[in-house]
Amino acid sequence: MPKSLFEKVWDAHSVRTLANGQTQLLIGTHLIHEVTSPQAFGMLRDLGLKVAMPHRTFATVDHIVPTDQFVEPYRDPLAQAMMEELRKNCREFGITFFDRATGKQGIVHIVGPEQGITQPGTTIACGDSHTSTHGAFGAIAFGIGTTQIRDVLATQTMALGKLKVRRINVNGRLRPGVYAKDVILHIIRVLGVNGGTGYAYEYAGEVFDRFSMEERMTVCNMSIEGGARAGYVNPDETTFAYLKGRPYAPQGAEWEAAVARWKQVASDPGCHYDDVVTIDAADIAPTVTWGINPGQGIAINESIPDPAAAHAADEKASIEEALAYMKLRPGAPIKGTRIDVAFLGSCTNGRLSDFQEVAKFVQGRKVAPGVKAIAVPGSQIVALQCEKLGLDKILAEAGFEWRAAGCSMCLAMNPDKLVGDQLCASSSNRNFKGRQGSPTGRTLLMSPLMVAAAAVTGSVADAREVFHVNN
Amino acid sequence: MALEKISSIAGRGVYVPGNDIDTDRIIPARFMKCVTFDGLGEFLFFDVRKNADGSDKPHPLNEPRFKGATVLLSGANFGCGSSREHAPQAIQKYGFKAIVAENFAEIFFGNCTTLGIPCATASRADIAKIAAAIERDPALEIVVDVARQEIRFGGQTVPAEVRAAARDALVNGRWDAIGELLDGMGAMKATAAKLPYLAT
Repeated sequence: MPKSLFEKVWDAHSVRTLANGQTQLLIGTHLIHEVTSPQAFGMLRDLGLKVAMPHRTFATVDHIVPTDQFVEPYRDPLAQAMMEELRKNCREFGITFFDRATGKQGIVHIVGPEQGITQPGTTIACGDSHTSTHGAFGAIAFGIGTTQIRDVLATQTMALGKLKVRRINVNGRLRPGVYAKDVILHIIRVLGVNGGTGYAYEYAGEVFDRFSMEERMTVCNMSIEGGARAGYVNPDETTFAYLKGRPYAPQGAEWEAAVARWKQVASDPGCHYDDVVTIDAADIAPTVTWGINPGQGIAINESIPDPAAAHAADEKASIEEALAYMKLRPGAPIKGTRIDVAFLGSCTNGRLSDFQEVAKFVQGRKVAPGVKAIAVPGSQIVALQCEKLGLDKILAEAGFEWRAAGCSMCLAMNPDKLVGDQLCASSSNRNFKGRQGSPTGRTLLMSPLMVAAAAVTGSVADAREVFHVNN
Repeated sequence: MALEKISSIAGRGVYVPGNDIDTDRIIPARFMKCVTFDGLGEFLFFDVRKNADGSDKPHPLNEPRFKGATVLLSGANFGCGSSREHAPQAIQKYGFKAIVAENFAEIFFGNCTTLGIPCATASRADIAKIAAAIERDPALEIVVDVARQEIRFGGQTVPAEVRAAARDALVNGRWDAIGELLDGMGAMKATAAKLPYLAT
């Protein structure tokens, strides 16, 4: 019987059925970071347990690292304490730690792929909801809580109910100036922020066939913003080409055998899907959020929703709540909304191609007066790649502060925070109330090039017009 | 490790209205700069409860008449966003023992169950009925009956769903899976041995 990739990977990793009907699922790769793991190690010690497969557990530090300070101790003693705790835990339990001194540190969802740890047909767990990113390689990757981190550390398994699979086809060609970020913001807008609850999303269609791995990662990354715990793309030649030669990828004769296996893991033609959604790429425009969840997005040429035009009381209330927080005027165009901060980076859009695209267009342009613009590479390796190409200089000349790798202003657990009710054009993934570090701070999610357009004009703008994008 | 069998939670309730209440709102990220979960309860819903100067904003949890509530009621897609277990930990440490909502975000639901916090779904209309009853009498006892999948309050009974796997785990005292997972270590190794990428 034909099977989907999800089913194949699930079946291959199913250890047994637990008493409550859930599956004990083998987790092949466990990624950890400093924020959600310390308590799990504490629980492990309390129970007198060891790490079951330290060689399949990889750590990095990302959420709390200052992007303007390398030398320890950090100015924030709490951040320093978390850093030291992770270091201690990795040493004690024999876990590979991509610390800042290794030159391989970065956001966990950028480090895994660039090291070649993230591979097709594997299961991956990490105490971070954006773990879905790794699905871009045809892995099934789950964000988990801290008690489950303990479970995976102790047993290399976790208890989980099987997900349904929704195939999302995006057919045709994206218009110029429309990016992977717009694709996922559009999908979430169409299917809703909880439309994916209970599902894994299988992204497919001509758009995904053509996408680079970095573009696939951007889409898979935000699956959780649509409520889907996992999202994936079937592995293909693009996947294999990306992985070949990476440090943890199979080498030599093992490489060919691995590729042969990876080809087999892709969804079979004619397999069952619990739901199928088809989207025409031509319907996707550069998209900007106006509200307080990632589903509250509109095309750049649309107007901010008016609660008076809402179809249901519920929708009206949610628009009103969002507009009150965002201090935006119903019915007004989103274009022209003044911004205070521009943030380029995050596990969604902090990769080489993101900075390349921005650098290509901002060369010779200047960030508007009064706008604070920061560019934060997703990893030390991304930073180095950018610097080798001189992208850091182009961005710096345009007025972006070029920072060190980390999560930075996506969730502002480090010193990079909004102040007061500043409005931020952001390439990150969440626009929740207070997300970027100020309880009244405001976030507009958009693609990196749209962030750049907002940065140089000082207000939300159509990057296609600002940069004459036509290729 | 004998765990408590959680078949029913009884206590006062408080209704926090709203849909899509995310885990950043439940516990803002800056309070996650910690290496234990101790003390998180006081930061529950912090930025929607407190002004910058530390004074109270209007919020149900700031109202003395709802103090001591152990059943938290809310809207749709409760707990969306970040996987941070700090969110259910803060809810539990604040004193809540059960949550009732129209539906829950996936990761949050799993985190709650693992901590022994039943997440029951009820219809919007029924949640409104319970909220209205609490509004009339904040001391009213709300019974979230996990085993029977119903909520009883002030002589009324409404249906509530607790997903089968979670219900079984709570009612039979196996909501923390670690014991069972450890029992499966032999089977885990056999499964791993069949996967080339895990063969050492």
